[in-house]
Amino acid sequence: MSAPTPELVLAAGRANRHYWADLWRYRELLGFLAWRDIKVRYKQAVLGIAWALIQPAVTTAIFVFLFGNLAKMPDGGVPYPVLVLSGLMAWQLFSAALSGSSGSLVGNASLISKVYFPRLIVPLSSLGVALIDFAVVLALFAGVAAWFGHWPTWHWLLLPVFVLLALATAFGLGLWFTALTVKYRDFKFIVPFILQVGIFVSPVGYRTDYFPNWRDLLALNPLTGIIDGFRWCLLGGGHHLSASSLGISVFVIAVTMAGGLWFFRRTERQFADVI
Amino acid sequence: MSQPAISVEGLGKRYVIQHEAQQDTLRDALHQGARRLWRRFRWGTGFTEEEFWALRDISFEVQPGEVVGIIGRNGAGKSTLLKILSRITEPTTGTVRLRGRVASLLEVGTGFHPELSGRENIYLNGAILGMSRAEIRSKFDEIVAFAEVERFLDTPVKRYSSGMYVRLAFAVAAHLEPEILIVDEVLAVGDSQFQKKCLGKMGEVARDASRTVLFVSHNTAALQAICRTGLWLQQGRVVQHGPIGECLSAYLASGNESAAFTPANTAKPHITSVTLDRAALTSGRLRLSVGFKSPFPLGCPVVGITLHSRHGQPLAGCNGRMMGERWRPPALSEGVITAEINPLPLHSDTYRVSIYLGDAVQDYDQRLDALEFDFVSPHFYPESPPLHVIGQLDLPWQWSVEPKSS
Repeated sequence: MSAPTPELVLAAGRANRHYWADLWRYRELLGFLAWRDIKVRYKQAVLGIAWALIQPAVTTAIFVFLFGNLAKMPDGGVPYPVLVLSGLMAWQLFSAALSGSSGSLVGNASLISKVYFPRLIVPLSSLGVALIDFAVVLALFAGVAAWFGHWPTWHWLLLPVFVLLALATAFGLGLWFTALTVKYRDFKFIVPFILQVGIFVSPVGYRTDYFPNWRDLLALNPLTGIIDGFRWCLLGGGHHLSASSLGISVFVIAVTMAGGLWFFRRTERQFADVI
Repeated sequence: MSQPAISVEGLGKRYVIQHEAQQDTLRDALHQGARRLWRRFRWGTGFTEEEFWALRDISFEVQPGEVVGIIGRNGAGKSTLLKILSRITEPTTGTVRLRGRVASLLEVGTGFHPELSGRENIYLNGAILGMSRAEIRSKFDEIVAFAEVERFLDTPVKRYSSGMYVRLAFAVAAHLEPEILIVDEVLAVGDSQFQKKCLGKMGEVARDASRTVLFVSHNTAALQAICRTGLWLQQGRVVQHGPIGECLSAYLASGNESAAFTPANTAKPHITSVTLDRAALTSGRLRLSVGFKSPFPLGCPVVGITLHSRHGQPLAGCNGRMMGERWRPPALSEGVITAEINPLPLHSDTYRVSIYLGDAVQDYDQRLDALEFDFVSPHFYPESPPLHVIGQLDLPWQWSVEPKSS
């Protein structure tokens, strides 16, 4: 406390040089906000964890019927439910993180108009709930895979990389949407629509190696690379990971994320005036 | 000589008010954009946007350890100033230099979550106000003792009474230890006993010589007791900056919110002024005085007053004529008629007043939206639904329950 106090200068249009240091200084707040969201989610819903399980279970059943039984898509030697569930996990992680971060600023409007902190904390903290839900579904997947005789291999160790990629994609897009929703509330209707369409556009219910010629085009949707990565980690060698399509996906993710950060930082200073 | 803890130079904050339909949705924005383009194409001008300067050319310095009371009417720019100093919003012009860690308390219980327990909310709220986990842990017992909620620590705060809720929220904030503390009107809540306790705590904080405090309040007694310096703002500018006693007396002498009117036609009886008694309003009463003038003695001067919500919806109104036998004033060609409602049964919000003047038979003059005022109700309901759901009236509800056993 007795150290010479640093001077802070506030002026119009002045970029905060200490932004990233501030973000680090406020890391405890980040933890508390994430913890609040998780706590509230599991406190309010009586079904709690069960709810996180029912959703993927039902969706898997429908997709197995649609793509496996009706469309007779090839399963590449993997039981169809395991194939679908592995893709669905990645999708749900992405979708929960995207809808959470997109609504985060407006959902925390009272905080934003009354307290200072680096606003980036708000969408970041909303990723916590998505991660916890993901952990629950991962446990479900391990059970189902074991039931069909698929045991974890060393590939599982690389799963965190793809989890991070999924979060980064959602976060990059979420930054755009949440900053835009502050000013234009109708963006909150766009996210559910993207998610509704996205689950079919992304290879949740089918395998990408079934369309070898289309793979690089499909990879423009970053979820393709991520879902492929998930399958490679969880289903082992039975699934082929295409380096080129993964590269394309990672590039798209990096661009989305950089753009999202840029746009968020640019509009951030006006949030309190507009929200 | 130490440097000032806060120096503000030429500070201004501009808000732009768009007079065309608001662009709350993307569609509106696109539509507007297209129309604007079209107009510019046709007329060579864009839309006029009205600028509103909430703060204009503010400069002042605060020394470390100084306790400054900020005074001024609603809309004078006090809250905007606090928001800029606490980095919530950006200034439009000028600079602010802050030396020291800043914590601001613009609202009691910011970030409280109703589903979480008292214990959990202490940690959450502490973190939101800028305390570290270790700091909160070391102050935890003190906070709980101050708030007097030991027994309910593990109860969700949605089950707290409003008094308990406010006590807990204030207790967390009161244990902040920044070098610069910024406090908005937050003591206007809770029961009077707790208000006293909060003021005591504020005084304690203020006496700590290492602490610089900026404090907004309408409570003149509290300002007098706690602050050393006063800063009086009016319409976004500094009117006076000096010892608190001088500032306060100048501010109070400047008196009440009022409006004066010059009539279009002096051949008719007309309203000359309307004045709101600010001191009465602060204590929960509405006291309005209406001045009038007439070219001939008015047999039975009658004033009508209607209170409107901020959106213009009429809430309550009365005039002398309605009072019948109870309103028998003498004939006057000039005078002031005063009406009082005690207590004013309204929730905290902005209200408008319309005034009418007449005699026993007819109306002569009217001033719609003659005055607008902000009312801070002495009652505080933390769990209150928004006013557009429950309305503005704060009626004295009585509740009872009768258990039925079969």
